[in-house]
Amino acid sequence: MKALIIGCGRVGSSIAIQLQREGWDVVVVDENEDALSRLGDHWPGAFLVGQGIDTDLLREAGIEEADAVIAATDGDNTNIVIGEVAQKRFDVKCVVVRVLDPARAEFYAARGMRTVCPTKTAIDKMIETVRTCEFPGARATA
Amino acid sequence: MYVVVAGGGKVGANVARSLLRLGHEVTLIEQRRDRFDRLEDEFEHQVQRGDATELFVLERAGLARPPDIVLALTGDDEDNMVICQLAKEKYGAPKVIARVNDPRNQAHFDLLGISPTVCATSSIMALVEHEVPEHDLIHLLELRKENLEIVEVQIDRDSPSVGKRVEALELPEGSRLISVMRNGQSEIAVGSTMLEAGDQVLAILEPGKEDELRRVLLRT
Repeated sequence: MKALIIGCGRVGSSIAIQLQREGWDVVVVDENEDALSRLGDHWPGAFLVGQGIDTDLLREAGIEEADAVIAATDGDNTNIVIGEVAQKRFDVKCVVVRVLDPARAEFYAARGMRTVCPTKTAIDKMIETVRTCEFPGARATA
Repeated sequence: MYVVVAGGGKVGANVARSLLRLGHEVTLIEQRRDRFDRLEDEFEHQVQRGDATELFVLERAGLARPPDIVLALTGDDEDNMVICQLAKEKYGAPKVIARVNDPRNQAHFDLLGISPTVCATSSIMALVEHEVPEHDLIHLLELRKENLEIVEVQIDRDSPSVGKRVEALELPEGSRLISVMRNGQSEIAVGSTMLEAGDQVLAILEPGKEDELRRVLLRT
């Protein structure tokens, strides 16, 4: 299985390392060549420097044979456009897009994009965690 | 007419100013604090600060009315694409116009059905092509509403299409040959039309297909 990961920050690099360990053929793209260092000293996969919405670069990175494309740059709209291009132009079946803004994540999810919204996850999780706290002095609320 | 202009740089601010002068109702959206402060002196309540790809910013600017037209004129192509998608699909704005900053992104705008678009680089290149007669592919007409354009191609001796029938050419999807001009006589191009060196061919195509058409007609 081949994965193309756009954006090699904390999230993208961790996904790349994890999938590579699981036996995926992984290609990582980032606009900054220093990002390669996040993949460790001996990254066995491919790493390309460039813009994730550059069609020529996506082709060079092998998007036409990719089973999965993961858009994890620091720009919501860049990730969304990468997602649209991967789905609509290159017909990639598994496209996963990080969108920090919950409102946009929801809008594009409703249009059939697999969006992951870390902000929404954090909100839900933190509220849930607050609810698990015990408040000995508190009176029961009606 | 109610117009929302996203992006208050040179392009957006001048468009907003011109629309106001024509008597239209305008809301300009600018994200950068320094720019916004300057714009506020001039546009007062008609400029709002925020990221025009955020739903609450768009709603504050009256996207839910919806505006008669939304202009996505920021310096960021991805932002412009998202603004147009939100305006059309979420809020039902009847018309959008998008600015394309990097002509290489034109294909993405086309893919997402965002039209019309305006790209300064492409416009300048089209003018250059008009001015440089030896250029092999000349833009004659842009049919914005249809998202099509008509170009003229000069076939020379080395063109791979010489001696081929139109039906044998692997023309890019979204393109058709219209006519062939030879020795001052023009004929409608049909499947059996044979191309010869010196032919001037008119073609209709979707914007962005020029390079593919050029490859088929002119270069191996």
